[in-house]
Amino acid sequence: MSGEEFVPLSLTPLLIGIFAAVACALPGNFLLLRKQALIGDAISHVVLPGIVVAFLLTGAISAAPMMLGAAGAAVVAVVLIEAIRRLGRIEPGAAMGVVFTTMFAGGVLLLEQTDTSSVHLDVEHALYGNLESLIWLDAVGWSSLLDVQALAHLPVELPRMALTLLAVTLFIAMFWRVLKISTFDEGFARTLGIRTNLLGLALVITAAVAAVAAFDAVGSIIVIAMFICPPAAARMMSNQLEGQVAWSVGFAVLSAVFGYVLAGYGPLWLGAQDAVSAAGMIATVSGVILAVAARFGPCRTRSGAPVGV
Amino acid sequence: MLDLASTNGQISQEQSLENSPLAIRGLTVSYGQKPAVFSVDMTVEPGKMTAIIGPNGAGKSTMLKAALGIVPPVSGQIQVFGKPLDAQRARIAYVPQRASVDWDFPTRVIDVVLMGLYRELGLLGRLRGDHKAKAMDCLDRVGMGDFATRQIGQLSGGQQQRVFLARALAQGADLYLLDEPFAGVDAATEKAIIGVLKSLREAGKTVVVVHHDLATVADYFDNVFLINTRKVAEGTVAEAFTAETLQAAYGGRLATAQVDQLALALG
Repeated sequence: MSGEEFVPLSLTPLLIGIFAAVACALPGNFLLLRKQALIGDAISHVVLPGIVVAFLLTGAISAAPMMLGAAGAAVVAVVLIEAIRRLGRIEPGAAMGVVFTTMFAGGVLLLEQTDTSSVHLDVEHALYGNLESLIWLDAVGWSSLLDVQALAHLPVELPRMALTLLAVTLFIAMFWRVLKISTFDEGFARTLGIRTNLLGLALVITAAVAAVAAFDAVGSIIVIAMFICPPAAARMMSNQLEGQVAWSVGFAVLSAVFGYVLAGYGPLWLGAQDAVSAAGMIATVSGVILAVAARFGPCRTRSGAPVGV
Repeated sequence: MLDLASTNGQISQEQSLENSPLAIRGLTVSYGQKPAVFSVDMTVEPGKMTAIIGPNGAGKSTMLKAALGIVPPVSGQIQVFGKPLDAQRARIAYVPQRASVDWDFPTRVIDVVLMGLYRELGLLGRLRGDHKAKAMDCLDRVGMGDFATRQIGQLSGGQQQRVFLARALAQGADLYLLDEPFAGVDAATEKAIIGVLKSLREAGKTVVVVHHDLATVADYFDNVFLINTRKVAEGTVAEAFTAETLQAAYGGRLATAQVDQLALALG
């Protein structure tokens, strides 16, 4: 494919897909090891009441207030989940289930009570996003990457997702050591003076920010898949946290690139006419990678059971 | 209820509070409605090995966790070497119950021991060669030097326990608190662990162990703290580890024959 075609039509969706996938996969590693991986699922559900409330408050369908509403709802959900988990002493999965179904249901009721004719909440959009439409029409080829005027018309999702990825990466790098200690052994971490409650909350809020930004750009299917599939596949490739995180980033990029290409050209190769959803294909590829890693990964056997005593 | 500690008298209690490695006053911890630990006082003697014993569910581990700030107490004061806990964290090493963590966590033996150096390294401090040498030295002390690069899930229960002890050694503390370090370990590990703990005592460190095996108490420990939600007895093994105190702590749960046998063994 030539630059004149690739840069305007495929470069930006591809980059946004990669950034979104990596931004979700990075915190996903820790969430997975803390048995909180379902938080991606929870967040993508509670985004609905957040968006409805934002619409009720502003009366406008525009990106900024809706993202703020979604982020606010995600943070409320995360705090509620932590509170229910700690106060009710129940497993995180149950706490998430309670919170996200309740908030999602509340969002549906709220939507019903408002003037639904003016709120167009497209289920398809929420699930798959519109990755393919995030094109860069001002670009004429690779040279546009140096053209300030063309750069000014980049789809806003690209810098937004890049900034999100940067923030997520900084958080993980900054708190790597304490995240590792407290994920492995929370009690011990507390005796060291590490504020494990606060750290756990910061981790899920970071995940929530990544999820909301990615949800806006690429839909919830990718968010849910990327929190779980690349880290879970990576766990079977390495017995060290450092290795696991590196593999998960690799798998996330691989899913985004292969998923995007397969969605665009796969059906044509098979003789079909139309392309399929890139988001759906990216999520599917990540699932296939997980299946392959589960079958052939070098560290896939659970070795946790002690041999004798 | 027997309370041998009260025979120490109030004045010596206040004195010992200042230089006790761990002094607990009026500690109450509750999970839900029923208190797990109720109004417990404990004064750990410096340079000694103390066993915390009591029946299952008596609040042994809970007391230790509350003393370390892992679980929040309902009420009570904790002093470590005469100061509040938060000011003294660098002087405490802790070995949690082996079963409290997921041993399938993706990390190697040496990395677990290096976690013990966190207070030295801080959030972003660079891990240098001498840190690794120190961690290796601690592994050697528990006889696990050959396992440094193993994934932790590949270890036996006894080996896992020794790795936890090595991590505590890396903390370079003055007070060592261990939660059931002998639970489900092989004889060789038990011997290795008690050897290390005794060498810590020789070096003037204080060791407190939540312990479940009544048969080894007299062999391993200087002092005993008996608990069954409330404090039952505290003192030297000879004072506090008697047929009466055990009967009081364990009640009907210890068969009379067992008590007699222990009483016989204790002379």
